[in-house]
Amino acid sequence: MEESASAGTGVPAAVYDDDIVKRFAIATILWGAVGMLVGVIIALQLAWWPANLGLPWTTFGRLRPLHTNAVIFAFGGNICFTGIYYSMQRLLKTRMWSDALSKIHFWGWQLIIVSAALTFPLGLSQSREYAELIWPIDIAITLIWVVFAINFFGTIAIRRVKHIYVAIWFYMSFVITIAVLHIVNNLAMPATFLRSYPLYSGMTDALVQWWYGHNAVGFFLTTPFLGLMYYFLPKAAEKPIYSYRLSIVHFWGLIFLYIWAGPHHLLYSGLPDWVQTLGMVFSIVLLAPSWGGMLNGLLTLRGAWHRLRTDPVLKFMVVGVSFYGMSTFEGPMMSIRAVNGLAHFTNWVIGHVHSGALGWNGMISFAVLYWLVPRLWNKPLAKPNLATQHFWLATIGIVLYTVSMWAAGLMEGLQWRAIGDGGQLANPIFIDIVHRLEPFYWLRLLGGSLYFVGALMALYNFWKTIRGPESVSTDASAPVPAT
Amino acid sequence: MADETKNHGSEKKYGQFHRRVFEANIVNFAIWATIAILIGGIVEIVPMFTPAGTEISPDVTPYTALEVAGRDIYVSEGCYLCHSQWVRPMRAEILRYGAWSRAWEYQYDRPFQLGSRRIGPDLHRVGNKYPDAWHYEHMRDPRSTSPGSVMPPYAWLLTNRIDAGDVQASMKALRKTGTPYSDEDIAGVEASLATQGGEIVGRLGDAGIQSDPDRAIIAMIAYLQRLGVDGRAALQKQGVEY
Repeated sequence: MEESASAGTGVPAAVYDDDIVKRFAIATILWGAVGMLVGVIIALQLAWWPANLGLPWTTFGRLRPLHTNAVIFAFGGNICFTGIYYSMQRLLKTRMWSDALSKIHFWGWQLIIVSAALTFPLGLSQSREYAELIWPIDIAITLIWVVFAINFFGTIAIRRVKHIYVAIWFYMSFVITIAVLHIVNNLAMPATFLRSYPLYSGMTDALVQWWYGHNAVGFFLTTPFLGLMYYFLPKAAEKPIYSYRLSIVHFWGLIFLYIWAGPHHLLYSGLPDWVQTLGMVFSIVLLAPSWGGMLNGLLTLRGAWHRLRTDPVLKFMVVGVSFYGMSTFEGPMMSIRAVNGLAHFTNWVIGHVHSGALGWNGMISFAVLYWLVPRLWNKPLAKPNLATQHFWLATIGIVLYTVSMWAAGLMEGLQWRAIGDGGQLANPIFIDIVHRLEPFYWLRLLGGSLYFVGALMALYNFWKTIRGPESVSTDASAPVPAT
Repeated sequence: MADETKNHGSEKKYGQFHRRVFEANIVNFAIWATIAILIGGIVEIVPMFTPAGTEISPDVTPYTALEVAGRDIYVSEGCYLCHSQWVRPMRAEILRYGAWSRAWEYQYDRPFQLGSRRIGPDLHRVGNKYPDAWHYEHMRDPRSTSPGSVMPPYAWLLTNRIDAGDVQASMKALRKTGTPYSDEDIAGVEASLATQGGEIVGRLGDAGIQSDPDRAIIAMIAYLQRLGVDGRAALQKQGVEY
């Protein structure tokens, strides 16, 4: 049964649940726009403090978690679910195991996002970076994640092909690891319905939190996105993945090594030295499997590079994978103790995060959306030129953003540590250095705004596409290429 | 198998193993992937729960009721997003902020607030650095004490009130996690708040500022004035110079 089903016979598109994919796709672009808008607002607040508005609900301290959670878990989460629900049905040649669970997952996740958007401005926060949501919402996340996991593994169990394509390996590591990280990191003792205290204290709490925090990057912003790359890049390029063997090696290497890297966030802290050193060493080694993924993606384009000139999807895809390579080089470098001594606490870290978030996650997300929306709604993209303009605006925006933050980070890092001839601090007044950052903050605001405007252009383009006339032909049900 | 890749002969050999052992058996695949992602965390985190993993010091005592209330505000406002509480063992940092931060100084910190960004200066040694009135004015209008500051004003702390029952609930929960509060500490929250709050209000009054012991700003000042103080005293006792 399994053998014959895998023999390349296409499954009619009707068996797939694409309504759920459409819902997640719409949620992705809407939450993406909201999350980026909040990012633009808090960038403005750093350049011009009156933008805090003098209200409790709109201060930087309350809005920054809203920005990070919205772009990571709302924009990033929804695009992963979009891609996973679309691709795994096709890769496994079966409908999702349970439509009801798919719907519960979708609405549950959106409710969690809404609750985040309400609680953060009200000052309800655990203030543990990227795990700020209060304990009742943490429990809701756990329940919804279990629903997703049951549906995910249920769908694999009823698959009509024998072998599981590499994209699904990466999705699987996402499903398993986020569950482990989320539960262990958020173990807490409630004091009231809105406040709790972690079971860990001091440096132990810091270590658990950064084990979570760094692997939220690893398993929320890396592995599922690599899964998206493994499905949508060969689809868009119409080429099979370059190397199956490389995908095996870098998959196991990546998931094994990533989990060790958290302590690089705590170099020069009270954490035991051996833990700090392990974190640094594993971060450096992590370069190898990271670049394995990048190379497997880029080399898949062999013989298809000419299509970059005309296809906006491939443009987004290639720049996305390139930024993945760049930020996974920069990350290990910043984990080297001596480099970290300079970079830590500075805007350099913000630049690094955004080269990954805007460059890798954002560009891959838009590539997937530009590829998917016409196929899901069976209509041609309304404004192909606008997509290309979006691409250039976003790329210029990322460059302005990262370069200004690199410069700002290096400057403040060097000025904080500068020692004068007499052995005293060369810049004893902290606020003097803050003032020198202002031009870079304006430049960053410009870069971020360009990226945000690009997202609005995508939103408009998808709106026009969905409302536009039907397409004559479709390849949405085309069989998936072999690995 | 029909969907076997035809491109690379050598991959066939590796593929056979991976396909047979993992891809054709999702339970096996999921178990091994789980083991792979657990090892690093277990090796690094579990030793922290042994006596050798976490340094503790008898010289550091738990936060008072008013300081707990202040810390709750610090956590609620997301102060850690701009201010670290982590002086690194580097010459410039010791010159700027004071002694570098020891692990045991954080032993009662739930959640930890080391922070990851210094949009403003580090606060781990800010306790007793400025008078109470400075903090009051700084929260009301940061630019009145620090010209050119980019910090937003926190004027609502001057009017918001803290609730003794709420603080008691916090301390009960903290005790369940292991903070050594006695029954008297828990029962005496209201009196403790009034006493410590009254002292701060008195010092503010000397500086010509009118406030009440149950205002949020009083709790915030109590917490900020506590930061790094126990550690500094313990280090001085050990003869550490900085």
